[in-house]
Amino acid sequence: MSVDTKLNFDQETITQFSKQSGEPDWMLNLRLQGINQYQELPLPKLEKTKIDKWNIDTFIPFQAQPVVSSAAELSENVQELIAAKDGEVKAILVQKDASVIYTNVPEELTKQGVVFTSLQSALATHGDLIKQHFMQKESKVDSHKLAALHTAAWSGGAFLFVPKNVEVNIPLQVVFEASAEQTGLFPHVVIIAEANSKVCFIDSYVSAEGTAGIQNGIVEVQVESGAKVTFTSVRTLSEQITDYIYRHATVENDGRLEWVLGELSSGNTITQNTTHLLGNGSSVDSKLITVGSSIQKENVVSRVVHTGENSDSQVLMKGVVKDESTAILNGITFIEKGATKANGEQVENILMLSPQARGDANPILLIDEDDVKAGHAASAGQLNQMQLFYLMSRGISKTEAQRLIINGFVAPVVDAVELEGVAKLLERAIERKVYQ
Amino acid sequence: MSQSPHLQINGLRVSIEDKEILKGFSLEIKGGEVHAIMGPNGTGKSTLSSAIMGHPKYTVTSGSISLDGENVLDMPVDERARKGLFLAMQYPSEISGVTNADFLRSAINARLGEGNEISLMKFIRQLDKQMGTLEMDEAFSHRYLNEGFSGGEKKRNEILQMMMLKPRIAILDEIDSGLDIDALKIVAKGVNEMLSPDLGVLVITHYQRLLNYIKPDFVHVMMQGRIVKSGGSELAERLEAEGYDWVKEELGIVDETVGAEA
Repeated sequence: MSVDTKLNFDQETITQFSKQSGEPDWMLNLRLQGINQYQELPLPKLEKTKIDKWNIDTFIPFQAQPVVSSAAELSENVQELIAAKDGEVKAILVQKDASVIYTNVPEELTKQGVVFTSLQSALATHGDLIKQHFMQKESKVDSHKLAALHTAAWSGGAFLFVPKNVEVNIPLQVVFEASAEQTGLFPHVVIIAEANSKVCFIDSYVSAEGTAGIQNGIVEVQVESGAKVTFTSVRTLSEQITDYIYRHATVENDGRLEWVLGELSSGNTITQNTTHLLGNGSSVDSKLITVGSSIQKENVVSRVVHTGENSDSQVLMKGVVKDESTAILNGITFIEKGATKANGEQVENILMLSPQARGDANPILLIDEDDVKAGHAASAGQLNQMQLFYLMSRGISKTEAQRLIINGFVAPVVDAVELEGVAKLLERAIERKVYQ
Repeated sequence: MSQSPHLQINGLRVSIEDKEILKGFSLEIKGGEVHAIMGPNGTGKSTLSSAIMGHPKYTVTSGSISLDGENVLDMPVDERARKGLFLAMQYPSEISGVTNADFLRSAINARLGEGNEISLMKFIRQLDKQMGTLEMDEAFSHRYLNEGFSGGEKKRNEILQMMMLKPRIAILDEIDSGLDIDALKIVAKGVNEMLSPDLGVLVITHYQRLLNYIKPDFVHVMMQGRIVKSGGSELAERLEAEGYDWVKEELGIVDETVGAEA
């Protein structure tokens, strides 16, 4: 690797930020390891997508934003996102650029022993626990350039801890907003759901029109025995933001994880989602929708590793591509030796709306155990002419017929988003990307 | 549009991928009339229905189709439907993610036009009533359009759409195929309830069986891409009893399929 001089920050910037934030030494050291190693580390290897010309390091980290005392001081679009329906109670955390600027956690959560706060501030209260989990799954500080940069420059973030046997019945909502010039939105999310707990985490990523920079985020989810976690994320960052997200989860005995992922950012995007089904009887259901528009390139991976016996995975990936965009959808089901009676099913569907758009659906099954069930289905095609004819033969205009078919195509994912504000954000993002 | 519906087809020639299937087909259907087109496989029956509706695969090379004096061939598919043409298809498409009810409402509203949309209450009332007539389970309205429907359920769903959309000319393409006798009776009941001077019906079928339940005023035999013989309902009965050979003999046709004419 050639020496790169694009970085807008150095060890000193990092040390200063870490000290100011009152971080423990191990975190500072990890950050420094990240910045020191990032130059020589390779870029991550991605199937069918070259990212060597993508922006990975032109951004200004640690751009602080003032804390606000009431939701009314948040950006309008954020207010709309977090607005509660009548009688609805939820916990909210908002990060703008480098800072978590607003949190609202109902007392009932705290009484249950649930911790829901910025990762930054949790370092002071739950430092040891975080140390056990931070960058300890598949993304390590020295995994590749992006991971090293993330470790060096992360800020804000969210920490969610649900004690064993606790069921959280209100949604926990996080909003990440990019607004600064050359923004560096680098949140890190750690979720620990202890045995037999239950929780729903929902985040969304938004940015003001024209915001440029980088989003480089990592999510680590630990689902312990018998716990159930729903993780919903809707990303709608603007065209000039390069969006990198790595999500890793481990699921223990009889635990269950549900991913609902809306990848609607408009810039080049990498989204890698890995679920490791460690425990016997563990399961994952992963639903993902992405829409490519303009000239953006996307590399989307849903990967499940089966280690536990009787583990079950259901993966659905839906991609719509238009204009001159490219979307690579890779579904990977890996069943390890010993994962007897495991079942892995995956489906990838791509809908191509323009002749210049390119969509690639790659189902990959890697099976080292004999006693398993596994299946996959993949399709890539244009709007079905017979379906169009059928709808139009009932008087529906061509535009409306296309809309019905496209909405139907994305429905399995859209319908799975439970929080109204976030569902609207997703629907609008799809609408904007598909029809404008 | 208070006048009685009037569909006029003259000298229609239709090709698919440069192969001519319809070779000068003519027929006139007025409101209150039930026409049946019978004929063996491969004689152009389904091409006729697709061409009337405007399926993009079929090219009309000459001839004309008009509805109430307006040139249908100039209209895109959706406009034909809004003018009152309806085709109950032999193989209806399955559309995932779109519920039957949402689809039907979109279709009704497309016909009524902006500002005149049907109210939700009225829509539900009508839907319940028609689904009752067709003995369809309420759950069908929330299921995705034709997805996972059995052959018989799809056919009922086609008739449900016809009853909800109230067309001026309805073409039923092999609506009886794949139906057991009970389902056939229910479908026929739905069609018969619709019969009025405001509706003209064209029934396309292999078998006379359906015509026991939907009584045609005119029966036409189609061979080699055009009508070769017309009569009343007695013609259907004779075809059922004796098959098509006597027609072929009478007309000197050796092979009735398209492209085989001597």
